[in-house]
Amino acid sequence: MNRTILVIAELRDGALRRVSLEAVGAARTLAGADGTVAAFVAGANPDAHAHRLLAAGADRVHTAERRSGEPYNAERALREATALYERLRPAAVVLGHTAAGKDWAPRLAALTDAGQVSDVIAIEKTEDGSFAFVRPIYAGKAFEKRVFDREPWIVTIRPNNFPVPDGAAASEVDADGRPDGKRETGAAGQAEGGPSESAIQPIGTGGVPDDADLRTVVREVVKRTSGEVDLAEARIVVSGGRGVKSAEGFRPLEELAAVLNGAVGASRGACDAGYCDYALQIGQTGKVVTPELYIACGISGAIQHLAGMSQSRVIVAINKDPDAPIFKVADYGIVGDLFEVVPLLTEQFKLALNRQ
Amino acid sequence: MHIVVLLKQTFDTEEKIRIREGAIDEDGVKFIINPYDEYAVEEAIRLRELHGGQVTAVTVGTERSVEALRTALAMGADEAALIAPPAEDADEAAVSKLLAAYLRSRAFDLVLGGHFSVDRGSGQVAIRVAQLLDLPHTGAVTKLDVDVAAGRATATRDAEGDDEIVETPLPACFTAQQGLNEPRYPTLPGIMKAKKKPLARYTAEDLGLSEAELASPTRVVETFLPPPRQAGRLIRGDAAEQARELVRALREEAKLL
Repeated sequence: MNRTILVIAELRDGALRRVSLEAVGAARTLAGADGTVAAFVAGANPDAHAHRLLAAGADRVHTAERRSGEPYNAERALREATALYERLRPAAVVLGHTAAGKDWAPRLAALTDAGQVSDVIAIEKTEDGSFAFVRPIYAGKAFEKRVFDREPWIVTIRPNNFPVPDGAAASEVDADGRPDGKRETGAAGQAEGGPSESAIQPIGTGGVPDDADLRTVVREVVKRTSGEVDLAEARIVVSGGRGVKSAEGFRPLEELAAVLNGAVGASRGACDAGYCDYALQIGQTGKVVTPELYIACGISGAIQHLAGMSQSRVIVAINKDPDAPIFKVADYGIVGDLFEVVPLLTEQFKLALNRQ
Repeated sequence: MHIVVLLKQTFDTEEKIRIREGAIDEDGVKFIINPYDEYAVEEAIRLRELHGGQVTAVTVGTERSVEALRTALAMGADEAALIAPPAEDADEAAVSKLLAAYLRSRAFDLVLGGHFSVDRGSGQVAIRVAQLLDLPHTGAVTKLDVDVAAGRATATRDAEGDDEIVETPLPACFTAQQGLNEPRYPTLPGIMKAKKKPLARYTAEDLGLSEAELASPTRVVETFLPPPRQAGRLIRGDAAEQARELVRALREEAKLL
């Protein structure tokens, strides 16, 4: 069965997102050894990103040159994806369940009268040789397995749940998806001995309608999280609740997150109290996160918050109240004052990281 | 200005999930308007209060969903529509086709929905509807300004923490993100009035859709609960000892860092 699976890769701040490499791995699973994994990436100097997608296991990468820093536009993303879809007629399209992926993938699904399974965390082989897609429902309070009854398949995958394929040298990407500067030369060396240039194919302007008639226009992008790690993709999340007591109370958490190259999150209580922006909220309303390490500070652990974080690999809870429900899901608990414990933790992590 | 709000009835977010005979057990569960759709209802009512017009709340659901529609009417929506699903397990493709067919028969300026539902959480239906009707859409909106005379809207979109300011011609579709507004509680007079407001019922056949057209391309084959998490251990000692021990345990036991 020679199927083509199309991966739509994505950049963030000019760097290839880790989830796009994870998507190549997921696409390889769906394509099988005989199938073809084609990827698409648009951006400034797309060839560098294309090489990494090839190293991750893509057989071919289609590229589009974009001006550096050009804002995301749902209509343009859809046009490019649709043009490629029409040309390649893939059996499946795989992309990240990111702000952009969430935004335009359902349009492609509607346009092609396709099913879409969103926010997939695992792919399982079924008895009939096809695939089932595991995804959280009720923000992770339960899970469902879904299958497709007809092609094409549209699949968006949750960041951090699929391995980055070996060939992509996972070490090239650090926690926030930016290339690790120290290894840049290694990556280039790998590309030299790697696949031929014909595996990289610019789509040209012929395949994609021009931008002049885009109906929606992005006037401005206000970077509120500039330089910080994206919450959904972060490997480490430091999260604060009502116990943080004020906006200033988040400072020690931010300092800890910075040392760990992690992201800051919050409970609904902290957001409702105005201590922080709703963009940080983790829970059934808000974001669902699955980091390697989740440090809950001053969070009691309401069921709607637990839904958003209890799939984290390791959970640490710091709370004054020994009866707080958060301790029931925590691997390590500290009963104590977060304002005392968190700065000490920051110091200990600094020491530990310096020793390495 | 005519605003149509797409909404869904969901479990209250405080509800625990139980599974009975392979499916989610709905027995004794408290249902609410999906919180993200509630922001959409509130925004629609505010826009009508500013610019005049009419707000219609529509859902695809069983009779149980009437309660959610009545709540939207009690908040201030003018009329409601309940569309019966073709099957209990109709997926996003089928549901969006029903909503699009309903909207095709009406005049409207704005379609508002939630960014995603807190139950299935696919985040597909409103955006699929926009595509089926060839409407521009802006997802995850935290601010929405409508210029009725110019027939345009400016929205602030939450893109993973960054704000994108997006301009779009009307009619258009927007999905509501948390932070868009603070939904009002229905008042007692509002609840009384809601009982008399029009609530229309439709079937797929009424909307001119055949069973074949509404066949769901995806199907749920299993629903299960995650393994319960075991409570770990409490780290004792004074704050300095706790911090030292935690970092050691994370490195040596959990193999982190």
